[in-house]
Amino acid sequence: MGFMHWFYSLASPPHVYRLAGRACPWFAGLAGVFLVAGAYGGLVLAPADYLQGDGFRIIYVHVPSAYLGMLAYVLMATSAAIGFIWRMKMAHGLAVSAAPLGAWFTFLALVTGGIWGKPMWGTYWQWADARLMSELMLLFLFLGYIVLRESFDDREKADRISAILAVVGVINVPIIHYSVEWWSTLHQGPTIAKLDEPSITMDMLIPLLFMLIGFTAFFGWLLCKRLQGEILNREKRTRWVQELIRGASA
Amino acid sequence: MGGYAGYVWSAYGITLAVMIANVWAAYRYHAKWRERALEEGMAKISGRQPRVKKIS
Repeated sequence: MGFMHWFYSLASPPHVYRLAGRACPWFAGLAGVFLVAGAYGGLVLAPADYLQGDGFRIIYVHVPSAYLGMLAYVLMATSAAIGFIWRMKMAHGLAVSAAPLGAWFTFLALVTGGIWGKPMWGTYWQWADARLMSELMLLFLFLGYIVLRESFDDREKADRISAILAVVGVINVPIIHYSVEWWSTLHQGPTIAKLDEPSITMDMLIPLLFMLIGFTAFFGWLLCKRLQGEILNREKRTRWVQELIRGASA
Repeated sequence: MGGYAGYVWSAYGITLAVMIANVWAAYRYHAKWRERALEEGMAKISGRQPRVKKIS
């Protein structure tokens, strides 16, 4: 009863709108605290790497960006699938809201990875590298999802067709994760994925965990704000939105 | 930064710029649809047709 009631309540646009509005300041505050602390720890407190020197500090923006790109895709595909199966408008709204954020974080992962690669590998980009190419494919999947939606005037049709692309594309996420193990790549192997035995010391790992929490909270903040906008877009003619807007304007 | 300052600061700078731009874009997106909803309501009250995008 409890879970199902909660699940069905997520189909109600006014409920989700208010929930997202309440979550926004909490996520924003959490993001502010953890990002400042994580950046200070990563840039000042963490010691230089014995091999990469201070160049390794790019890890504190590169890894959280890459992780969020994948998290955003999984969230987008899962909510698109829920929307497709149960015809839940709010689930499609969540998928639409996650797509641009995921695209930007994937872009950041590619750019910061390239900047890190230049001093370490001697090149910004390597076309034959499986990790780099699967990450680029993730960016194209996000962009494809956004462009595909824009090509339909009928929102319901756009929701359903784009959901298929989102679900099919999720196969790329494990490929990104395991690419460094399945193929011999220029990209290094996992650093913290094996949490019981991470490849970096605690004084380097703790700021990274702070940045991961900070980036996730930042994503949550913007996801809630975008979802509120998307709900207004979908529900702008309804009575509850008109009452909400007039109430806020009065 | 041991000779890596240019790389490290440019990575952090681009990340910060993208994050700030995303905050602006998310709030702008919310404000845009709030304004549209308000226009819809005003059009309904005055009996006018709401503003629609012209397709050429």
